[in-house]
Amino acid sequence: MTLIQRRKLTNLMALGLSLLAMGFGLFWLGWILLTVLQQGLAGLSINLFTQMTPPPGAADGGLLNALVGSVLMVSLATMVGTPIGILAGIYLAEYGQKSWLGSATRYVNDLLLSAPSIVIGLFVWTLVVSRMQTYSGWAGIAALSLIVVPVVVRTTENMLLLVPDSLREAAFALGAPKYKVTTSVVLRAARSGVITGILLAVARIGGETAPLLFTSLSSQFWSMDLGQPIASLPVMISQFAMSPFPEWQQIAWAGVLITTLGVLMLNILARTYFRQKN
Amino acid sequence: MDASLAVSKDDAQTGGQWPPVVEGSGEATRKRVSSWQDAGFAWLVRLVAVFVLVAMSGIVIALVYDAWPVLNAFGLDFLISSEWNPPMDRYGALVLIYGTLVTSAIALFIAVPVSFGIAIFLTELSPAWLRRPLGTAIELLAAIPSIVYGMWGLLVFAPVFATHVQPLLASTLGKIPFLGVLFSGPPLGIGLLTAGIVLAIMIIPFIASVMRDVFEITPPMIRESAYGLGCTTWEVVWRIVLPYSKTGVVGGVMLGLGRALGETMAVTFVIGNTSFLTSPSLFMPGNSATSAIANEFAEAAPGLHTSALIGLALMLFLITLVVLMISRFMLSRMKKH
Repeated sequence: MTLIQRRKLTNLMALGLSLLAMGFGLFWLGWILLTVLQQGLAGLSINLFTQMTPPPGAADGGLLNALVGSVLMVSLATMVGTPIGILAGIYLAEYGQKSWLGSATRYVNDLLLSAPSIVIGLFVWTLVVSRMQTYSGWAGIAALSLIVVPVVVRTTENMLLLVPDSLREAAFALGAPKYKVTTSVVLRAARSGVITGILLAVARIGGETAPLLFTSLSSQFWSMDLGQPIASLPVMISQFAMSPFPEWQQIAWAGVLITTLGVLMLNILARTYFRQKN
Repeated sequence: MDASLAVSKDDAQTGGQWPPVVEGSGEATRKRVSSWQDAGFAWLVRLVAVFVLVAMSGIVIALVYDAWPVLNAFGLDFLISSEWNPPMDRYGALVLIYGTLVTSAIALFIAVPVSFGIAIFLTELSPAWLRRPLGTAIELLAAIPSIVYGMWGLLVFAPVFATHVQPLLASTLGKIPFLGVLFSGPPLGIGLLTAGIVLAIMIIPFIASVMRDVFEITPPMIRESAYGLGCTTWEVVWRIVLPYSKTGVVGGVMLGLGRALGETMAVTFVIGNTSFLTSPSLFMPGNSATSAIANEFAEAAPGLHTSALIGLALMLFLITLVVLMISRFMLSRMKKH
C-alpha cells in the first residue's frame, strides 16, 4: 500500500467513525424520546389533570396537585430570580465591568452555572428548612431561584455586551442619564436575548428534581400553602418511577411526557424566538 | 415626546406648579432628581451584584458549618474509610467517592471520543443545511431533565443492557486477563457501568458543543493552507485544528466532568445504591456521593448522619469547583488567542 492510499484509508476510517459518533448521539435522543412518547401517551388521560396523586395502596389517580405545585413554584422562582439576575447582569455589563466586584461576581456566577444542583438544595436546607423546622414550598422556591439567577446573569451580561456602544453614545449625547440609557436603550435593544435567557432558565428549573427533594419535599394532598411541603411534578415522578406498582409507573411516564415536552418546547421556543428577532 | 414627559414628571416633584415660579428652577430640579435616581440605580445594581456574590459564597460557609461535626469526629477517616454505616454512626465516604469517580471516568471514556467525532462531523463533514438541525438535536439531549434519564435508564435501558449487552461484554472483554475482572459477575442491569453509560449520554452534548465552538474558532486561513498542501480532512483536524484548539477542548472535557460528578437523579436511579463494595467489577451495584445524599438525607437523623451527608455535599462541591475552575481557565485562555 502506498503512502497516499494509507492516508486516504485513515481519512476514510476517521470520517466513518465521526459519522458513527453522530449516529450514536442521535440514537440515544431518538430512543429516549420514542420511549417517553410511547409510554407517556399510553398513560395520558383526563384523570391526570383532574385527580390528586394516589395515596399508598390506591391504584388510580392523577397529577393535579403535582402539576399545580410545579407551576406555582417555577413561576414564583422565576419571578424572584429574574429581576435579581437582570440587575446583576446590568451591573456586570454596564457598571462594574472591570471592577474587582464585577470580576469576582462574574467568576462565582460562572462556577455556579454548572455547580451540582443537589448542593444548592442542601444549602437551602441548612438556611431555611433546618431553621424553620419544616419543609416548605418557600424553601423550594428559594432553591429554584438560586438556579435561575446564574443563568439569567450570564445571558443578560452577554446580550448587553452585544449592544453597540454607538447606541449608548447616541443616548448620552441626547442628555439621558446613565440609568435611563441602561434601562430604556441598552436593555430594550437586548430584550430578545434577555427573554431567551429567562425562557432557558425556566426550562432548566422545570425539570429540576434534586434541589426540591429536601426543600419542598412532596405531598399527597391538594395544597397551595407554600409554608407547608408541596408536591411537584419531578419529585412525584421520581417517587412513582421507583414504586413497584405498574399503575404508578404509568402515571410517572405521563408526568415524564408532560415535563419533557414542556422543557423541549421552551428550549425550541427560546431558540426560534431569538433567531427571529436577530 | 420623551423629553416633555420627563419635564412634567419633574414638575410633579416640584409641587406641580406650572409655569415654575423661579425661572430655571425646573432645569435645576430635573438635574438633581435625575442624578439622584442615577446614583440610586447604580447602587441598586451594585447591591444586587454583591448579593449574588455573597449568596453564592455563602454556600461553602453554610456547608462547612453544618459538616463540621462529622469532620471533627472522623477527620481524615471521613475520606479514607470505606465503612458507611448509619445505624452504627460510622461514616467513611471512600465507597461513595469511588462510585462518583468511577462512574464519571466511564462517562468521560465514552463521551470524549464520541463528542470529538460529533464535533468533526458538525464542523467538517456535514452539509451546511444539516449543521444547525443536527447541532440543535444534540443540544436538546442536554435539555432533557435528568429525572427522565433516570426513569428511562432504570425501566428501559437497564433490562435491555442486562439481557443483551452485559453477557456480550462478559464473554468478550471479560476474558481478557486482569482487565476481565471489571466485566465479570451477574448481569444485573443496574450498577456502576450502567450509571457511567447514562452519564456519558448526558454529558456528550456539553462536550460536543464546546468542541464544535472551539473548532470553529480555528482561523480558516490555517485550515485552508493545510488543505492546499494536500492534507486529508482527518489530517487537518488531527494536526491543525486539534493542536490549535486543545486548551478549549480540555476546557470542554472538564465542563463535562463537572456535570458528571454532580449529576444526581439519573445516577440515583441506576447505580444500585449499596454502600458495600465487594468486587472490583463494574457490573456491581455501588453508590455515589450524590445518590447517597438523595437517598438518605430525607430520613437521616439529626446529628452525625445529617452532618456526614452535608460533608459529602461539601466535598463534592469543592471537587466540582476545582474542575470547573480548570475548565474556565482553559476556555478563557482559548478566547484570548
